[in-house]
Amino acid sequence: MKIEKLTKTYDGKTVVDQVDFEIPKGKVLSLIGPNGAGKSTVMHMISRLIAKDTGCITFKGKKLEAWKSKELSKRLAILTQSNHVQMKLTVRELVAFGRFPYSGSHLNKEDEELIQNAIDYMELTQMQDQFIDELSGGQRQRAYIAMVIAQDTEYVLLDEPTNNLDIYHASNMMKTLRKLCDELHKTVIMVLHEINYAAFYSDYICAFVDGKITNFGPVEEVITKENLKNIYKVDFEIQEVKGKPLSIYY
Amino acid sequence: MDLIKERKFTFILLGLTLIVSYASLFVGVLDMELSGILGKDFSQIEILLISRLPRLLAILCTGVGMSVAGLIMQQLCMNKFVSPTTGATISSAQFGILMVLVFIPAATIWQRAIIASLFALLGTWIYIYFIQKIQFKDVVMVPLVGIMFGNVIGGITNFVAYKFEMTQALSSWLTGHFSMVLRGRYEIVYLVVPLVICAFIFANHFNIVGMGKDFSKNLGVNYNVILFIGLSIAAMITASVVVVVGSISYIGLIVPNLVAMFKGDKIRGTLVDTALLGALFVLVCDILARVVIAPYELPIELIIGILGSVVFIAILIRRLNHGRKAIVRKEKKTMIEGASS
Repeated sequence: MKIEKLTKTYDGKTVVDQVDFEIPKGKVLSLIGPNGAGKSTVMHMISRLIAKDTGCITFKGKKLEAWKSKELSKRLAILTQSNHVQMKLTVRELVAFGRFPYSGSHLNKEDEELIQNAIDYMELTQMQDQFIDELSGGQRQRAYIAMVIAQDTEYVLLDEPTNNLDIYHASNMMKTLRKLCDELHKTVIMVLHEINYAAFYSDYICAFVDGKITNFGPVEEVITKENLKNIYKVDFEIQEVKGKPLSIYY
Repeated sequence: MDLIKERKFTFILLGLTLIVSYASLFVGVLDMELSGILGKDFSQIEILLISRLPRLLAILCTGVGMSVAGLIMQQLCMNKFVSPTTGATISSAQFGILMVLVFIPAATIWQRAIIASLFALLGTWIYIYFIQKIQFKDVVMVPLVGIMFGNVIGGITNFVAYKFEMTQALSSWLTGHFSMVLRGRYEIVYLVVPLVICAFIFANHFNIVGMGKDFSKNLGVNYNVILFIGLSIAAMITASVVVVVGSISYIGLIVPNLVAMFKGDKIRGTLVDTALLGALFVLVCDILARVVIAPYELPIELIIGILGSVVFIAILIRRLNHGRKAIVRKEKKTMIEGASS
């Protein structure tokens, strides 16, 4: 996936300004940056949730807007943070929606199998018949990820997947997302606020400030004292833990 | 065996509906007995065919239609308190009927139904446009705005009816009743059947749209198109019921809520139960309406209003308690998880 000169303006204010980058296939890419830097907007544009103003997004050699929405949903899944729905669906029913782009309302044997695999993979087997509104935040988030797995897309996009999760659930979520890339060979792109999760679990990092990309590259190149100070306007200390540059800020 | 076990609730509802339907046929001013019909008593067979059977079918269609319309609207609007009554659909249909009475006095029932449908569609659409534009934070605001909007339309309807001296003619459509249901004047209510089948076909689409715009787009479902189809189905069902029996409130609000409490929100799983429970509820209310002051009859809207409001309050209380319980349970769970990790 290639993004060229992507721009989005809201009420005369340019939120995303001439953004160019290429998403490395089969890797984990994190978009970081302060609030209002435009990272979420970029994420929403490359997943066709909102329309771009100008620029070009090429997905698998074809312009994004030339894709049929249904075809795209077999190759690219997006999980936004607005999933606090009150809907009383069971985990299994939710995960089954992941097969909708393929089989519509008529699930076949293969679909059922993929649904069960996704549920087992996310360790939700015990609670597959429980209603999602009765689950804890971490469990519900896992149910949504299971749906994305059932959707069986090459690209998985997530908008702040650790939002509202405590440390235990958040770090488990990050491990799962890493597994999606390593074991299921998916390309994972996410917007993250916790720089250390981004540094520890991603391969590449893309940093935004004021709608522009300031840094893009492998984790070690982006997560440095100077870069982070430029991005967040706060002093940082970098310490290496297990070969990953983790940052300390206060 | 598995099927029976899994769908126990549905079979119980089906059985009850059949029994009450049968009883409903034999309630009325004129005597009618099974032996008479089997004994080829023509006057009794006539009553059955001209009055009792049409009435029963109209009741069933009304119950099924209004509850399914309510189910669709609640799902699409992501709000448990939206229904044809609280979404201005019924009052718009009534306004449409008044317009027909005023401007095309000689209209056939079909013309009336079509125009009522158009008004119901338009009214529902304006309302949905409103609530989508404004995006209320508080769930209660959504139906409140609908009730306000419905009352504004109702006010205009009353004013126009008064100006054209149509108040009396219109009153038949303002309060729902089945006493005018006779062969040849009610058949339009059958439209409910194909519309409910349509709703069943689109059930999963409605569910997905009910999960939100982003969720739908992610699965390649066109949010606006499905919203349009769903609301159109709901508005057309409502209009075809209102044209024949008048306004029937509460069904679309309480029946889907009752079923969802036990069976969840997956429409494919609840549509049949919702339809059956709606039919059963209207049947029971209709029998009460005919029995309470026999040989006279109360408008069914009155009985539904009384029973419906009691059930509605019960649902509200349960939702409040249940909501609190869910939060407490969640806190406990995280505490346990916290302790174990």
